[in-house]
Amino acid sequence: MTRSAFAILLVAGLAPAAGKPVEFNRDVRPILSDNCYACHGPDARKVKAGLRFDQEKSAKAATKSGSTAIVPGDVKSSELLARVTATDDSHMPPAESGKKLTKEQIATLTRWIEQGAKWEDHWAFTPIKQIEVASGKEQGTSPIDSFVQSKLAEKGLKPSPEADRVTLLRRLSFDLIGLPPTPAEVDAFVNDQSANAYEKVVDRLLASPQYGERMAAFWLDLARYADSVGYHGDQEVSVWPYRDWVVRALNANMRFDQFTREQLAGDLLPTPTLDQKIAAGYNRLGMMSAEGGVQPKEYLAKYAAERVRAVGGAWLGLTTGCCECHDHKFDPLSATEFYRLEAFFADIQERGLYGGEDFSPYLPLPTDAQAKKQAELDATADKAAKTAAGSRAVFGIAAADPVVKKSVAATKARDDFQRTIPKTIATITVKPRPIRVLPRGNWMDDSGEVVEPGVPAVLPQPAKKAGRLTRLDLADWLVAKDNPLTARVLANRLWKLYFGAGLARKTDDLGSQGEPPTHPELLDFLASRLRADWDLKKFVKLLVMSGTYRQSSVTTPELREKDPFNLWLARQGRWRLDAEMVRDNALAASGLLSKRMGGPPAHPYQPPGYWSFLNFPAREWKNDTGENLYRRGLYTHWQRQYLHPALLAFDAPTREECTADRVRSNTPLQSLVLLNAPEFVEAARVFAEEVLTTGGATSDERLDFAFRKALSRAAKPAEKETLTELLTKHREQFRTDAKAAKELLATGARPANAKLDAAELAAWTNVTRAILNLHASVTRN
Amino acid sequence: MFSPTRRAFLGRTAQGVGSVALASLLADRALSADKASGVLSELHHPPKAKRVIWLYMAGGMTHLETFDPKPKLAELHGKPMPESFTKGQQIAQLQGAKLNAYAPQHPFKKWGKSGLDISTLFPHLGEKCADDLCVIRSMHTDAINHDPAHTLMNTGSMIPGRPSAGAWLWYGLGSEAKDLPGFTVLVSTGKYGQSQPIAARQWHSGFLPGKFQGVHLRGQGDPVLYVRNPKGVTAGQQQDVIDAVAKLNRLENEAVDDPEIATRISQYELAFRMQTGVPDLVDFTKEDAKTLELYGTKGGDGSFASNCLLARRLAERGVRFIQVYHRDWDHHGAVKDHSAGTAKEVDQGVAALLTDLKQRDMLKDTLVVFGTEFGRTPMAQGNGRDHHLAGFSVWLAGGGVKGGISYGATDELGYHAVEDKVHVNDLHATMLHLLGIDHKKLTYKFQGRDFRLTDIAGEVVQKVLS
Repeated sequence: MTRSAFAILLVAGLAPAAGKPVEFNRDVRPILSDNCYACHGPDARKVKAGLRFDQEKSAKAATKSGSTAIVPGDVKSSELLARVTATDDSHMPPAESGKKLTKEQIATLTRWIEQGAKWEDHWAFTPIKQIEVASGKEQGTSPIDSFVQSKLAEKGLKPSPEADRVTLLRRLSFDLIGLPPTPAEVDAFVNDQSANAYEKVVDRLLASPQYGERMAAFWLDLARYADSVGYHGDQEVSVWPYRDWVVRALNANMRFDQFTREQLAGDLLPTPTLDQKIAAGYNRLGMMSAEGGVQPKEYLAKYAAERVRAVGGAWLGLTTGCCECHDHKFDPLSATEFYRLEAFFADIQERGLYGGEDFSPYLPLPTDAQAKKQAELDATADKAAKTAAGSRAVFGIAAADPVVKKSVAATKARDDFQRTIPKTIATITVKPRPIRVLPRGNWMDDSGEVVEPGVPAVLPQPAKKAGRLTRLDLADWLVAKDNPLTARVLANRLWKLYFGAGLARKTDDLGSQGEPPTHPELLDFLASRLRADWDLKKFVKLLVMSGTYRQSSVTTPELREKDPFNLWLARQGRWRLDAEMVRDNALAASGLLSKRMGGPPAHPYQPPGYWSFLNFPAREWKNDTGENLYRRGLYTHWQRQYLHPALLAFDAPTREECTADRVRSNTPLQSLVLLNAPEFVEAARVFAEEVLTTGGATSDERLDFAFRKALSRAAKPAEKETLTELLTKHREQFRTDAKAAKELLATGARPANAKLDAAELAAWTNVTRAILNLHASVTRN
Repeated sequence: MFSPTRRAFLGRTAQGVGSVALASLLADRALSADKASGVLSELHHPPKAKRVIWLYMAGGMTHLETFDPKPKLAELHGKPMPESFTKGQQIAQLQGAKLNAYAPQHPFKKWGKSGLDISTLFPHLGEKCADDLCVIRSMHTDAINHDPAHTLMNTGSMIPGRPSAGAWLWYGLGSEAKDLPGFTVLVSTGKYGQSQPIAARQWHSGFLPGKFQGVHLRGQGDPVLYVRNPKGVTAGQQQDVIDAVAKLNRLENEAVDDPEIATRISQYELAFRMQTGVPDLVDFTKEDAKTLELYGTKGGDGSFASNCLLARRLAERGVRFIQVYHRDWDHHGAVKDHSAGTAKEVDQGVAALLTDLKQRDMLKDTLVVFGTEFGRTPMAQGNGRDHHLAGFSVWLAGGGVKGGISYGATDELGYHAVEDKVHVNDLHATMLHLLGIDHKKLTYKFQGRDFRLTDIAGEVVQKVLS
């Protein structure tokens, strides 16, 4: 399709048809926001001519010049239309803005004014509507389906048939646990005749410990979890116990409101448990600097601003970063309100400049045995120190004295042991430091007012209380019944996990520059369900039990033409697996995947020298040995400045900031990783060993076996033909070049199965490499 | 300009459609790996340069020993800096210390027909290229520490997560390179400064599609990560595997008709071309002896000079943005010896690069930027200099800039840029201008805002344009 044909199709498909009621939030606000708000919007400092298009009253009132921008029902008197169509200097938006309304946009504004210019509050800030839909007539129909189907009917579309069981199981497995199903699981599901076969699979996967690992990957992007501090020397920091807490909490199905409280304010809960203190480490996950010459005040300002961006991004789905310097251009959020949000975190013990590799305060996490030994060493060191001090007082002895030596040795033993005890960075509350509004974000400017913690005025306010609001109040407010954002944001993002795109497409911005939901009632229905008990597993089950979820993802020419972006959900989505799953999938198919959970970060193979440009200290990545080489991608050491290149290639974010929307690209570097990275070559070889030892006797059987392992289905004749050709040719080549075969088989730490014929195994390795490189192998459909 | 339909398309008219998805989809269409065209189907004005080679003196190059002569500073040597210069100013490692003036440690000389003042630390550059250089002496930045200063210099903002300049250019203009990434990064490390870290963030594509990420061409191991076939696999076998994958992918596509499959197939083709293109790129045996002598390297030794030669080879192959870091300019101590040492590490290579580009008639459409993340204090830090954001120097040469001139000035002590000040955003605006791009119009919508390389500022420095 040519670009212009494509564009026409879109415009025709999306602009409200003539005569059809124009809706302010859906059709009009986006035009005003993108084109007008910069000078006629929420940024009080910038408002021109006193006219604001984010407020109905202002937009419909006469300005000083006497004209009125919007006169409901009166197209001719509405100055807005005169200006956007003007051909002289009075044209709006002004030329230097680089913005210009299209014909379609002008037509939309015109019809809206004709139809009475009905205003609506911004959808995301309005209370979540309590919508309950009776289940459909058909047995097992989900309420989700009634919303989706009524839209489909409106658009003249029909849902796709249910996907076949193999596809369904593969889809569910990737979506719920991030791993492909085993051939045995596929067989069991395909042959299960019971009426609730599907539901049984859903329940099994939700109960699997791998569910928490899969969901953690989603949350850790938002929490910006990483194993290094990010700035300058990008030193390592121990915070993996927080990551493990996330996995545990999700597996235990901790209510999301509690999940929120423990992270933002676990340390402030009454008699906090160790887990709650670990969870509160969330507050210190932002980047930190140990760069010599840092001005501590500047970095405290950076850390504070980043925390607001992170909370705004993770819970509120709002872009708050603009307000560090000025009122928001598009959303009703002022600079003062930004600093009021900062003030919630003013009690956190931290330093602008950290020294060396000390990012304390830490929370030590000894095992019982370690705690006991530590206590003994502490006592010994104390006693030795006292003895030494006593001797010194009496005799004034020198450092070479045995008593002093003994004390030094005991102290060293204690400190050395202490370093072996796991720890995690901790949130410790201290007297809040004053937070000022920084004029234009300038940390050197102390002229701004000191502000107390508070939440944006446009949203329902927290309950009144005596004294200063705390992080716990912030957490309570985020998950309060009347907070319109948190539940919508989360429901929308979880929807994206299972359908490929949010109902409001921009999952990182529900503000006026975002996009209104395609199915507003469905989103509110989901948000109210979620908010009712914050039960994530129940919510996920609600999504995946729907017929909408179970549809085939295969498109048709008709559907492609009518709904190229699958806005109306007449089919399921198809997308490339996330970075971690790309790795896990290859390891799972080969049987190498370790199911060990948690613990310090893993170090799978990484090309030597990749960290050459890190310094303070200079360091070299050391590959792990044994099982730790085959851990899930979730556990890979997350170095912000030099993220593992195989993860980076597949769009894993560096987590320098909260990431709500991973990009999903398709690049040549991805091909190089899958083709050549040692973890994938080794996986292919170990996979080939299994094909040869347990995959049957003939090439035919073996290819079916390999396909069932990697793609959950048997190979097709044409596929077999191509791969058999490859196999035969390479077998011949490796027979005549034994050295090459041996070299290929030597890739990776796991020794090759010496009982197998090297040429045969090498040739099969190239076959399994091809299989693991297939589009279908890295696609969830 | 964007055509109206295209604008409508990328903008809010298509509301209801995920415009981010849409934009990246478009980018994919426009930039299907083997085409030169970027998202800008037409440039905003005729370009003067087609590509950029950005020589990045990492660590904070002293302007006072290199490109900004300050005789008055010598007169004040050892005496307190007047408070009128330093009061209320940001200070890095000298926080709380006495601030005494420190004389320039190397003499300057007038070079070439233009008589451009350049330090005697750069004899090759002065001798051969002074008349090609446009030295900007009035640079200033907002960050006083390496990490955020690099981030600002590369992405136009101190906040991590924005695309770097090379990613923007590749996205906007595409690349003519058939078998190489359109944005490549080379890094050498010298012997004199503290080896300050460089984060991969400096060449990250930020919120742009991942394919626009800069690719680091490494001096050791595989030149591009994972570019070598697995051990024991021949080029022919690799081709067989890729062919089999393509064949099976096409079969799949017959069943499901998914445009991502076609993209995947073309990315494998490009990957394979890179597997042959990269070794050819780093094969210096075809360079003649005269050229090697000019650069003073045999090539492939990881030196700055070798990377300059590699930069020329990349430019010849149509790579859009080539960034050459030299990590050696952080001279907190012994600035006299260390600036001399580091300058010697770069002087011949950079002069050779300009000369070589010129003799191949490529300088006229190549913009060469010689820059750094910030300058160094006129005040002493022992016998060195601390980080300095208020004034420093960079120079431009080649496509569309005047040669043999200096532009702007710092005050008499080299502290503040005072005349014709040029901010980092202005430098970016000027670079984009030379490539035919209005910096306000190369935008990408992310989190509801039209982001651009120049953030919310940037003026083209008109007076340096030829």
